[in-house]
This record gives sequence, structure tokens and C-alpha cells, in this order.
Amino acid sequence: MHAPVMDNSIDTKNWARADLLGLEHLSADEITAILDAAQQLKERTGGCAEKIDLLQGTTVANLFFENSTRTRTSFSLAARRLGADVIDFSASGSSLSKGETFIDTAKNIEAMNVNTVVMRHRTPGTPQLLAQNIGCSVINAGDGAHEHPTQGLLDIMTIREHREKIEGLTVALVGDISHSRTARSNIWGLKKLGAHVIVCGPSTLVSRRWEELGVEVAYSLDAILPRCDVLNLLRIQFERQITRPFPSVREYALLYAMTGERMARAKEDILIMAPGPINRGTEVTPEVADGPHSVILHQVTNGLAIRMAVLYLTHEAAR
Amino acid sequence: MSSLLITDGRVIDPSQDMDRVTNLLIENGKISAFDIAIEDASTNDSVTHINAGGKIVAPGLVDMHAYLGEPGGEDDETIHTGTRAALSGGFTSIACAPNTNPPIDTQGTVQFVKQQAVDANHCHVYPIACVSKNRRGEELSEMGTLVDAGAVAFSDACSPISNPELMRRALEYLLMFDKPLLSHPEVRELSDDGVMHEGLVSTTLALPGMPAEAEAVMTGRDILLAESTGGRIHLMHISTAGSIELIRRAKARGVRLTAEVSPQHFSLTDEALRSFDSNKKINPPLRGQMHLEACIAGLKDGTLDVIASDHQPQAVEKKMQELDRAPFGVIALETALSVVVTKLIRPGHLDWLTALEKMTIRPARVLGIPKGTLQIGVDADVTIIDPDANWTVEPDAFFSKSSNSPYLGETLFGRATTVIVSGIIKFERNS
Repeated sequence: MHAPVMDNSIDTKNWARADLLGLEHLSADEITAILDAAQQLKERTGGCAEKIDLLQGTTVANLFFENSTRTRTSFSLAARRLGADVIDFSASGSSLSKGETFIDTAKNIEAMNVNTVVMRHRTPGTPQLLAQNIGCSVINAGDGAHEHPTQGLLDIMTIREHREKIEGLTVALVGDISHSRTARSNIWGLKKLGAHVIVCGPSTLVSRRWEELGVEVAYSLDAILPRCDVLNLLRIQFERQITRPFPSVREYALLYAMTGERMARAKEDILIMAPGPINRGTEVTPEVADGPHSVILHQVTNGLAIRMAVLYLTHEAAR
Repeated sequence: MSSLLITDGRVIDPSQDMDRVTNLLIENGKISAFDIAIEDASTNDSVTHINAGGKIVAPGLVDMHAYLGEPGGEDDETIHTGTRAALSGGFTSIACAPNTNPPIDTQGTVQFVKQQAVDANHCHVYPIACVSKNRRGEELSEMGTLVDAGAVAFSDACSPISNPELMRRALEYLLMFDKPLLSHPEVRELSDDGVMHEGLVSTTLALPGMPAEAEAVMTGRDILLAESTGGRIHLMHISTAGSIELIRRAKARGVRLTAEVSPQHFSLTDEALRSFDSNKKINPPLRGQMHLEACIAGLKDGTLDVIASDHQPQAVEKKMQELDRAPFGVIALETALSVVVTKLIRPGHLDWLTALEKMTIRPARVLGIPKGTLQIGVDADVTIIDPDANWTVEPDAFFSKSSNSPYLGETLFGRATTVIVSGIIKFERNS
């Protein structure tokens, strides 16, 4: 089952960071370095199905202060595919509920000789704070609505697999932009690689301020639909909204759900993506989610490849 | 008590519109005379001579907005450490905020604060008492008895008085005692759960925003109530262009109100939050560049009367938390003067006379205390300032019990070198 390990089998040039905190501060070359490494890893492991022992003898700690099933599972599996040991730490039932600060918790875990901490937290900036306070590699697995760099990367990897080049594509992020870390990481990554990015959703969830960063702001999905090469349908983050930003789910679906009827007005080769979990019927109807333009499950597989690449590259840079 | 003769300093006293190089004599703890020649004063052996050549001799600085921890917040600050920090920053009189635990809303608490200040024996401390019982914004505190105990002003500190009816009653009731009401203008419904100023930076960082209108809307309400009642309102730590314009217009039509700005708001912007540093988290939040410029314009044209430190010490373990959990506030007593020198005087926004006016006689007049002046006969509170001293802000060098400064690592100019309270040298720094 093991793929053969070769010296320098994965290209690490253009990457020198021990941490991955977000995509905002990465260069196009750095983003491409991760995408290329992920592609190589995917090919050498039969589509991320086999092991490649690049991180044997190392330990990856999943430090999840916020609930997550798929991202944590994906990171765990990616680490195991690379031969690393994995420990899972979740906030419930831990000393966090006893008043310990999250930095103390992380320092305790670091003292167990962990090489990499994968962290999710409800508050923006906590991975930065952690990276300043501990010595091991820190990978941001989502900090509030700020960044989710591996999600942005796996989305871009999926587009690149289907379109080869990101430059010149029109990509629309649809839905709850304000509360979406996926949106922010996609915006930074896609813009650096030369895509035209549109953020589209209800005006209470899409700030006009994005225009100052060269992002197109649109409120009507129907108006932008014919121009889009890719639609990334973001989940409505009911749990992060303080006051309800739109009158009803029904009205939202009428305005923004990707339906078969809307598909008929889209480009013939449009890609439909969703970071999941999806609210079927709210953001996308089943016929579209399961239809021929949907690459939603490709995204999941590519998530493994991206996370393997990030774990490997940050570890190599930290050595 | 020995006499002090301060020679060759540039004496700047905005209360007398004085700015000239001269000698200043202090006798029996009072300002005694100007223009005394050394020979004339030196006939008496007990005169201590202070050479202030190249330095500025100012009235002891007055701060009307500092939180001193006690009672209840002794892990952040005590009256002993806070007043020592004040001296180090050049302040000889401070009014302390009532957001303590218990809050300063009884005679006993006012007397406790005053006694702690006497025991500390550093600088003058004037308690500010609560507008409402327990700072809950529901019923008025016993203002008359609090005035008797020594309260100089009333405020619910960082808790805005949301109920306009209570605000109106408080302004009306305080007319009997001629005491000012210090308001923190904020519409909580607009800014609740906010961490920083709402703008492009908050959008990018995905941190909950506190919009500028949260301050300006409440400023508008406060102005209207001050106008209709004739009460004395003072708006604390104003930070937005919108509020400043409302205050400017109100003053132009004769409304009796005063307003202050903190050094943080004319020196830092929301860009500072990109570091996710909780020492940049304050309320009102650091705003955008346009608001910073409006603060400077407001200082220049007199719309903003007072510069007040808004000193809010927070123990390090409280600030070492996630940005949304970390409390608001920064220490500022030890940096306020230097930030004024570095960001207002050196760039030419304000001259020394105007800047010092906003840190001496103006806050003293708002509080109704006989301070912030070098008039002959008053208590000799004097601060000697080296305008060219430059120093780097280090976390270990504070006299405050806390070190949550937003200026850590920055180099600032201008520093107090000698601080005299009632004729006694309380603080000296070798430059």
C-alpha cells in the first residue's frame, strides 16, 4: 500500500514559512508552491488513498476550540497519510472550561513534543497569537470569520484542476460573506492568482468596503450569473449572526439559491462549488449539488491533498 | 518647609497666557513670585535651587479621566501605583473614574478613595462618583451626599446612560450642585459585541465592528439634553468626525458643553489592530485616519477642550486572551504627555501654550478645582518638562501595576523630569 519514498520527492522551493496563518499575506508564488506540492502528493498517493511516510516520527495536534467534523477529520487523515502521529484536543471537557487561557493550553500541548498544531478557534487572530507564543508550527484551520487558508487553497486547487489557469477567470462567492472565513481566504488567494472575484449576497451580509480591495460587489445573482466561470456557494452561518440579516430563509433561497432554472442561464462549463456542509434547498438545490457541473466532492478529496502539502511544507520549513 | 527656586526655565502657564523664560519661587508650598533673581532668593539658606535651563516649567498636569483600580480592581492598579504612574507622567492632580467594584456611589467609597490617596501621598486625587446607583442606569445616586463627601463630578464611566429620561433628570438635578456630568456617548445596540472600529480593517479581519455612529448618535442626544436642561455636560473620549462636528455646531449656538479626547485617538488608527494585539483594543475604538484628523482639527479649533489620558490598566492575564474576550483599555498616564509632544506639538498641530492649556487649566475648570495654574498664592503644583528627551516605551519600566500600553516599543519625545506637588518634589527623573 505504501508509495515509494524518494529523496526530495516533493518540491519545497518557494516555501519557507513554518506557519500557515492565512492567505492574505502569502505571495502568488507561495500559494502556487502549496498547490503544486498538493498536486504531486495527490498523484503519488493514488488520489490521497495511500500513505507516503514523509512525516514519520512527528506528531500533529489538532487543537479545536470550536466544533468541526470534516476539517478535523481531513487534517487527521492527511497527517496519518504522511505517517505522523495525531492527537485530538477539543475544548469540551478540557481545562479550558476550568478557566485556563488557550495559550496555556497550547503550551501544555507543545510541552508534549508536538511538531505541528492545527488550530481552530472562534476568534479572529488567535492563530497569530498562538504562533507568537509557541515554538512549533501553527496551521490555521479557521479563526472565526477571518481566514480558513486550507479551504481557500482546496477551492483554488479544484478550480485549477478543471480550468488549468486561475488568471482571467470570474469567480463569484455567493451568500454570507460577512461571516465567512472561506470567503476571505478565497478572495485573497484568487486575487493573487489573477482571478476576477465577485462577492454576491444580501446587502446586510456583503460589505461595500470590499470594493476598496478590488473585489466586485453584487446583490443580484441573476445579474452576474451569465459572466461567472465558477460559483462558490457559501453556507449561511446562522450560528455567527447576532441579529438576523434577512427576513426569511425562503426569501434568501428565492434570491440566491442555485437552482436548475438558474443553471439554464449560466455558462455551459460553469463549476459549482460549496465548502460544505451545505443547506440543501437554501444555497443550492439537490439537482445542482448532485449535477454534472458540481465539483463538491472533488473539493473534499483535494482538501486531503492540500492539508498533506501544508503539513509537509511547514514542517520542512521549521526544521 | 524649604523653598524652591526654579531658574531659567521657559514658564508656560496658559491660565495667565504666560510663556517666557523666568525664575519661579515657591515658598510654604505656594507659588510665591516670578522674576526673582538668584541672589535675592539665595539670601535664605533653605532655598533649594532647580536649574530648568532648556526645560519647560508648567503647571502640574491635570488628568480628568483615569481608572485607578481601587476598590475591587487591585490586580489592575491600586491608588498607590496609579498615582505614582501619574507623577511619572507629569500629572499632579487626577480625577478617578467610578467603574470600581463596588462602584463609587456612596459616601463611604468616596472617602475610602480619598483616604487611600492621602496614604499614598503622591498627587492630588479627586473622586468622580456614579450618576446612577451601581452604574446600572436605573436610578440616580445620592448626588448631594456624594458632593458633600468630595465628589467633583458624576459619571457612569464606560457604561453609557442609555435611558434619556435618566440622563435628563441627572442633568437637571446636578444643576443644584453645579457639578459636571461626564458622559460616555455610545449607543450600545449599535456597538455591542464589537471589538474594534467598523471599517475596511474590521471587514478584512472579520472582527465585529463598532460603527462611528454609535458614538455620534448618542453625542447628538446628549447635546440636545444639555441644551434643554442647561446642565453641564462633558463628553468623554470623543473619537469620531461626526461627534466632533455635532459638538462644534452646538458650541457655535452657545450650548454649555465641553469635550475631551484621549492621546490614543489622535495618534493611532484601526490599522493597529492588524496585529491582533489586545493592547490596541479600547473603547471607543481606535478609528480610521479620517477620524484621527478630525480629532486634531477639533483640538486646533477648540471644539475639543481637554486632553485626558483615559488610563485603563488591565492585568496582563486579562489581556493575554482572545481579542473578543480581552477587556477594553490601555494604560496612558505615563505616555500621555509624550504622545502630545510627539504627535501634536512636534508636527506643529498645537503650540505648547494650547496643548498645555488642554492638560491643565481646562480640565481643572471642568472639574471646578483650583488646579492647573501657576497664579501667585495657589498650591505649588509644578511639572518641569524636558521637551527633547526621547525614550522607548518598555513594558518593564512602568510605575503602573499594569503594562497594557499600545505604544510598547515606540520611541516618544518629551518627558517630565521634576514633578512638584504642593511645594514638595515628589518625582525626579534623570535625563
